Amino acid sequence: MSVPAEHFATAEDQRQAAELGMWVFLTTELMFFAPLFLGYAYNRWAYASAFAEASRHTDVVIGTVNTAILLTSSLFMALAVRATQLGHRRPTQVFLLVTATLGAIFLGLKGLEYAHEWDEHLVPWLDFRFAPGNAHGAALFYYLYFGMTGLHATHLTIGIAMACVFAFRLRTQPAQHLRNQIETGALYWHFVDAIWVFLYPILYLVNRHG
Amino acid sequence: MNAVPDSEIVPERVLHESSYLHEGFTLRSWLLTRDHKRIALLYLISITGFFFIGGAAATLIRLELMTPAGDVVDAETYNKLFTAHGVIMVWFFLIPSIPATLGNFLIPLMIGAREVAFPRLNLASWYIYTLGGIFVVATLIAGGVDTGWTFYTPFSTLFSNTNVVLAVIGVFVVGFSSILTGLNFIVTVHRLRTPGMTWFKLPLFVWAHYATSLILVLATPVLAMTLSLVVFERLTHIGIFDPALGGDPLLFQHLFWFYSHPAVYIMVLPAMGVASEIIPCFARKRVFGYRMMAYAIFGIAIIGFLVWGHHMFVSGQSLYASIAFSLLSFLVAIPSAIKVFNWTATLYKGSITLSAPMLYILGFVGLFTIGGLTGLFLAATALDVHLTDTYFVVAHFHYIMVGGTVMAYLGGLHFWWPKIVGRLYPETWARIAAVTIFIGFNLTFFPQYLLGAQGMPRRYHEYPARFQLLNEVSSSGAVILGIGYLLPLAYLPWAMLRGRRSSANPWGATGLEWQTPSPPPQENFATTLQVIRIPYDYHPATESAESQA
Repeated sequence: MSVPAEHFATAEDQRQAAELGMWVFLTTELMFFAPLFLGYAYNRWAYASAFAEASRHTDVVIGTVNTAILLTSSLFMALAVRATQLGHRRPTQVFLLVTATLGAIFLGLKGLEYAHEWDEHLVPWLDFRFAPGNAHGAALFYYLYFGMTGLHATHLTIGIAMACVFAFRLRTQPAQHLRNQIETGALYWHFVDAIWVFLYPILYLVNRHG
Repeated sequence: MNAVPDSEIVPERVLHESSYLHEGFTLRSWLLTRDHKRIALLYLISITGFFFIGGAAATLIRLELMTPAGDVVDAETYNKLFTAHGVIMVWFFLIPSIPATLGNFLIPLMIGAREVAFPRLNLASWYIYTLGGIFVVATLIAGGVDTGWTFYTPFSTLFSNTNVVLAVIGVFVVGFSSILTGLNFIVTVHRLRTPGMTWFKLPLFVWAHYATSLILVLATPVLAMTLSLVVFERLTHIGIFDPALGGDPLLFQHLFWFYSHPAVYIMVLPAMGVASEIIPCFARKRVFGYRMMAYAIFGIAIIGFLVWGHHMFVSGQSLYASIAFSLLSFLVAIPSAIKVFNWTATLYKGSITLSAPMLYILGFVGLFTIGGLTGLFLAATALDVHLTDTYFVVAHFHYIMVGGTVMAYLGGLHFWWPKIVGRLYPETWARIAAVTIFIGFNLTFFPQYLLGAQGMPRRYHEYPARFQLLNEVSSSGAVILGIGYLLPLAYLPWAMLRGRRSSANPWGATGLEWQTPSPPPQENFATTLQVIRIPYDYHPATESAESQA
């Protein structure tokens, strides 16, 4: 175990502090997303048919594939944590890189999806076109869609960078030294994943067969 | 009468120069420090600067209101003045005031820790604060913003022609410094208490900051996202707040007050913590109802999250929502009253010393009580219709924020100044300042209750002639208040250089922070402390049975 910072009595104290700190940070992150979820809930009630109609224009195939990719990435992140705890450096490195790669594939597919939406004039403030009647509510749907998925993608990008940095540091340091960082980083990764688990149904699956 | 017995004065030569203040004298040693005590002083300097910028705006407002005619500034400038005053005082002074200075300095000392849990994050929070401050100063230089500190939509998103985006970015940025401070305090209190420092031995100052930190981390991110949406909406003209775009301005108000009402408790809970330290010390008595005080802090923090709708009684929200918010607002008065009763009961039969910190805190208790009771008027739905957007509201929240928080902040600054700089402030001057501020404050703001009850609306630069007398009283009081604030600005820095040397514990107080030299060494304590005594163990009678347990 690494040497704790001088204001901690033991390394275990420091580990627990880091973990609690990350949990508190994730709470703030959740509250940061909260107004978007509330805005969504309110407008879905106010523009029910427009939201259902707009939701049918999202790419449910990519959305579903991406959900599977992200959930799998969390599995590999959990494996990376276990490997660090056991002090296995090479497997930790591999699991982290697989996690980061899956995250990158998610972002690539998401970019593809954005490109389709751009082609279909679904970007609200840039030449937005939608069937008359529902255009107003649909614009709000896509405003929230881009806001929420965009913010999620930003978080995921930070997570990918983090996983890569950890994998890079493992070239020179033993797995035990990075245990705190990888454990707390993994909490963050799972959080970003969990946000998507909520975004997927509310954006892609609203009344799709209605 | 001298509050400090002469036996407490230590000759200069006895003191060794190894405090945190002597760990380097370069600018770099301050700007890159990770010492919570130095970061507290960085904050102290920054927020004092903003206090006087915000105060300058207030001075111009009171100058304009001397006469009924709008003669000093035009209407638009006046709007910008009260907006600058509100934005700066709320986010750049009141929210960080006690937590970021006294809290940063004292929480590790009070729990027997050597540092906060995340020292680098602590320094980062000051830099983030500074960055936010730069945006706000840039807003002022660019010509200001006229929306009021509340940034209500659709005015802020569609109509205002001023620098809304710049100001909102400043507030957005500074929010993250609050979040990091709150996060640091929560983890510090959970993980760095010295052996024996159980939760119910914590000073109430620490309890208050713990509850404040919970509000900071839960409420501030909501404001951050809400303000981001305002900026987006202003730039893209697509959004969920503007009715012309299909949005709903009430959604903005709900989200804004979900943060901004708990923000009032971010300001006043630490002030209550300060009062709970100073009153037992200068009454030489254990604080009355320690556990109930701790529960009341949490009662206020929790109920405080559920009352935001009382800012929206006339907004058109559902009548039933208003009734619920009204009831919950009355409920929050119960834990607040418990605190006032318990402070009073602590004073009862105490041997009271009216030293300067005590004078500030007695002022705090009285003004907080008046501010709190007038809050009940505003929580009553029918009465609120009459009082909404009048000077009654202005007087009410100034009694809480200025009469409450600023008085307690100054009281705490005096109380712990010997610990912070190692020298005593001049007692006579400090008492004169405390009394001056108390008188000036009441002269400034009590007339505003009367003006509001008579129907004078807030946020106008001119008013009917019949309101002039009370406005003149208010503006004259503001002059006295201003002088009162300038006094500590002069003598506290003077005391830092020329004041008499202080011993480790000039007040004979019980907290752990007094068991280390003044000023403390960088590592706070030479050894790890073991806490045995109960908190506020002032009265000899309580010394026997309980503390041995």
